[in-house]
Amino acid sequence: MIFGFPLLSVAIWLPIFFGILVLATGNDRNAPLARILALAGAVLGFLVTLPLYAGFDKSTSAMQFIEFRDWIPHFNIHYHLGIDGISVLFILLNSFFTPLVVLAGWKVIEKRVAQYMAAFLIMSGIVNGVFAALDAMLFYVFWEAMLIPMFLIIGVWGGANRVYAAVKFFLYTLLGSLLMLIAFIYLYRESRGSFAILDYHALAIGMNAQIMIFIAFFMAFAVKVPMFPVHTWLPDAHVEAPTGGSVILAAIMLKVGAYGFLRFSMPIAPDASHELAWVIITLSLIAVVYIGLVALMQSDMKKLVAYSSISHMGFVTLGFFIFNAYGIEGGLLQMISHGFVSGALFLGIGVMYDRVHSRQIADYGGVAHKMPVFAAFFVLFAMANSGLPGTSGFVGEFMVIMGAIQVNFWYALLAASTLIFGAAYTLWMVKRVFFGAVTNEHVAHLTDITLREKLIFAVLAVCVLGMGLYPLPFAEMMHQSVTDLIVHVGHSKL
Amino acid sequence: MSMQNLYLLVPLAPLFGAIVAGLFGHVLGRTWTHRITILLVAVSFAASVVIFQDVQAGHVFNGSVYQWLTMGNVTGNISLEVGFLIDSLTVMMMLVVTFVSLMVHIYTIGYMAEDKGYQRFFSYISLFTFSMLMLVMANNFMQLFFGWEAVGLVSYLLIGFWFDRPTAIYANLKAFLVNRVGDFGFLLGIGLILMVFGTLDYQTVFAAAKSHVGVFAPIPGIYVDTLTAICILLFIGAMGKSAQFPLHVWLPDSMEGPTPISALIHAATMVTAGIFMVARMSPLFELSDTALSFVMVIGAITALFMGFLGIIQNDIKRVVAYSTLSQLGYMTVALGASAYSVAVFHLMTHAFFKALLFLAAGSVIIGMHHVQDIRHMGGLRKYMKITHWTFLAGSLALIGTPFLSGFYSKDSIIEAVGMSHLAGATFAYYAVVIGVFVTAFYSFRLYFLVFHGEERFGKTHAEVKDQGQHDAHDDHAVHEHHGLAPGEKPHETNWVVWLPLVALAVPSLAIGYFTIEPMLFGDFFNGAIVINHQVHPVMAELKDDFHGALNMALHSLTTLPFWLAVGGVLTAWLFYMKMPQIPAFIKNKFSFVYTLLDNKYYFDRFNDWFFAGGARNASRFLWKFGDVKLIDGLLVNGSANLIGKFSGILRRVQTGYIYHYAFAMIIGVFVLLTLRSWL
Repeated sequence: MIFGFPLLSVAIWLPIFFGILVLATGNDRNAPLARILALAGAVLGFLVTLPLYAGFDKSTSAMQFIEFRDWIPHFNIHYHLGIDGISVLFILLNSFFTPLVVLAGWKVIEKRVAQYMAAFLIMSGIVNGVFAALDAMLFYVFWEAMLIPMFLIIGVWGGANRVYAAVKFFLYTLLGSLLMLIAFIYLYRESRGSFAILDYHALAIGMNAQIMIFIAFFMAFAVKVPMFPVHTWLPDAHVEAPTGGSVILAAIMLKVGAYGFLRFSMPIAPDASHELAWVIITLSLIAVVYIGLVALMQSDMKKLVAYSSISHMGFVTLGFFIFNAYGIEGGLLQMISHGFVSGALFLGIGVMYDRVHSRQIADYGGVAHKMPVFAAFFVLFAMANSGLPGTSGFVGEFMVIMGAIQVNFWYALLAASTLIFGAAYTLWMVKRVFFGAVTNEHVAHLTDITLREKLIFAVLAVCVLGMGLYPLPFAEMMHQSVTDLIVHVGHSKL
Repeated sequence: MSMQNLYLLVPLAPLFGAIVAGLFGHVLGRTWTHRITILLVAVSFAASVVIFQDVQAGHVFNGSVYQWLTMGNVTGNISLEVGFLIDSLTVMMMLVVTFVSLMVHIYTIGYMAEDKGYQRFFSYISLFTFSMLMLVMANNFMQLFFGWEAVGLVSYLLIGFWFDRPTAIYANLKAFLVNRVGDFGFLLGIGLILMVFGTLDYQTVFAAAKSHVGVFAPIPGIYVDTLTAICILLFIGAMGKSAQFPLHVWLPDSMEGPTPISALIHAATMVTAGIFMVARMSPLFELSDTALSFVMVIGAITALFMGFLGIIQNDIKRVVAYSTLSQLGYMTVALGASAYSVAVFHLMTHAFFKALLFLAAGSVIIGMHHVQDIRHMGGLRKYMKITHWTFLAGSLALIGTPFLSGFYSKDSIIEAVGMSHLAGATFAYYAVVIGVFVTAFYSFRLYFLVFHGEERFGKTHAEVKDQGQHDAHDDHAVHEHHGLAPGEKPHETNWVVWLPLVALAVPSLAIGYFTIEPMLFGDFFNGAIVINHQVHPVMAELKDDFHGALNMALHSLTTLPFWLAVGGVLTAWLFYMKMPQIPAFIKNKFSFVYTLLDNKYYFDRFNDWFFAGGARNASRFLWKFGDVKLIDGLLVNGSANLIGKFSGILRRVQTGYIYHYAFAMIIGVFVLLTLRSWL
């Protein structure tokens, strides 16, 4: 809290409040009002998170902006919020994206506008809750609540096969989180009645129990990341989700899984983390190489970017479980960058889908002739997706590779293969979609992006280039927390 | 203005030009776009000249501009920075880059005059200039990698500049991916450096490398000297960027880009980044004979075998492109022989005469109305006088005519290799000596076919076919461009085109004579290039043999390379001027050799089949089998089905008949009782 103002609560509840307000505008006759209210809420929601950055104390790894109230005293459950260098940037990232998806859905969403906008606002608040919660039960509630708006977004505004995708998404992620709940209850018992996450960090746990806890968390987080082999829900979900849904899914929701590894798995079960690191590293490298290859032959642009997301998230989990500063900070930077880049790519695909109503690469060709400005933006984001230095996509990959090589040369070698695969699938798609002669009538009638769309992409382009050329402000925020995390994980609990 | 600000000005001026041209080009219009970008590159060049004088006066700079990233490591802090190292090697590269870039900017006004992407083109070439300057001015590996990939990006954008041409967008993707293969090694090399030395700062690494002894085991039980591994990995990056065998495949295809960038990027500057990098890393390479041998052999293969390919090309730009490959091989060989300064010297002279040759070729292409096939040229010297003379100057420099710049650099390479005692030096020596003949032959084949002999232009396609000169297999023979109408004559180009030719011809002819002594045997590169003279005495021996530029040229008249070059020119004259039946005869008699060369040793076919095809098949298999069948089919939907079946069975049990339930209850009671009595 600064100036006695509960910033985190505001970051969580303000968007939710606006979401309810937007819902109250009712049916589509009031759509313009719903849009404006939603935008106001989203922008305000972002503005209120800025003091979190400005007022953040980089010199400590302790939790900041703490709020602590009783919630369910009987079970010792508290409304306990706080952030450190690991979570702060994700709250900003999440709140930053909400106005963008509201703007992206401005024209395209014509039915149930209020509900659509409200879903994103509520989603935004809930996700902030996930990153800010310091009480396990509070975390769990936010974690599960997050599913509902996304389930609705896919299920209501999605494509033809949306029900299959929504159910697959729901079941996949629910299954994992049930195990996490069991882990929490076990930890509650072991800690003699505490749901405070930080208490769990300090709790001494035997090896077998650590392994069980680690596996339970792993099931929950691996699905969300998603890690190979529990990744197949993601391409389906993306394909069916409306553009905004894909953006939030890729840019924000995938991050909560990776965040969970740092907040729960590693500090609570450090010995098990070391013991089972090879599993995570293996799965991560499979994600980088196998998924990178799979992405190559995708004919659906959204599927391609979805697979590319899985591959990029492989870098994140790889970075975390090599237990050095390069890896963990690289992984975190990769998460932020992936937010910008995958968000931008999905928005770009949305722009084309809005006009041509196809996501098939084969239905395009020569788009750059008709949409030069858009093509310039898209190529920039594609380059960032290929990890070009000077863009944000490079920073995290570079750091993780630098960290991996210190542990094992082959980890680095396999990870670095993304230099080739990542460029291959991304640029091959760019070639087939944007370059070449105009292939069909639909493309011939394309018009370049509007001012509203330009604004969205320009903002993201600034982020991608800014972070690529000067990542220090991002990294500085996390230094102390990551350093202390590494020290903490280095101490055995046995 | 302080020197530090001047250093910043050099890369930032073209960057600013690129941004202005890119974002506001359509508002500014063509004229203002080229005025602004050219002015800014000129500023950059002028600043480079001032810095050059400052460096000559002994002021070397090594400092940071800003902190890019820090690592709060548990064991100690690591800082990655953007910074400059300004010494003689850097400043020489800065001069070459900004000067050639300036010439190319001016030339572009004429070459791209009718192109609708005019402003975009200026934006790209200014962006390239910025990237290349960041590369050469870097004082650390991170920034080196930034520049390295950034020039790759601009190269990608420019090869695919005419993005409606299928060949262009094939070539640019290929170029980017092949370069990425090199960068893959390069990045791992940088990773090893960071691991071993804990920093990416050049000077710190170089200082620590001297006393570093270490091995690392990529495979348990197999130990590799760490520095050798680092050097070879870094060199793999150079193989991509500088198009060394077997990563050379992208460069000939890159000719799909507009000619000005072929001159700037794919001849004079970007492709020499690998050479520059190895020279910059001389303190590391000096410590590994294995790496140097590797470098030398790769360079020798490239120098000789890529030269052969130049002999049978019919596209004017492709002949020059293969010549570039071969010359890059020469530079690489010199690096392997520890003659770094010689490599860089050849880099410089080559930058001038090869940029000249490309721009002259571009001038021919304009004069011919976008015909690039030399079989449709001939006798152009009458119509394009300036182009002809400058092209001849460039060709003579290229083949190493005594007193011209190419002679001094190439002859020094040959001598240096001859003195090297590393493994592979003998092979390399023969390769570069034979290469002299090959170079002279293809260069003058090109010269004679374009500027002399029968005028073969302005004919209809039918006539050309009747002459049996149209090779149906050569897909590059057919261009979608117009060409000269029957009876129409080629014309000399505008001054904006020929002025750069003349400006480049001067250093192509003269710069070698004046700079060989300070660059190779003086102390120009002291401190920038480090040679361990005890182990690799090549430069010292060269110096003993050197008695002035004049003597060197005179003495060469009695040496083998000179006569090989003369032989090459005469053979070309005989084959293509006097008795054109000879090449036809050879082509028929040794058709398998011709087929091999025509297919570029089948590298492209193999890569397409093995790497591109293999990746696509692997991708399809992993996706269809792994994701769709195994994970989704068997595990996800399979378990859903299983649950469905299981619940189906359960459902059947729930029949609703009381007697079924009663029966089940009785059975249950009995089972429980039985269990109880047993336990």
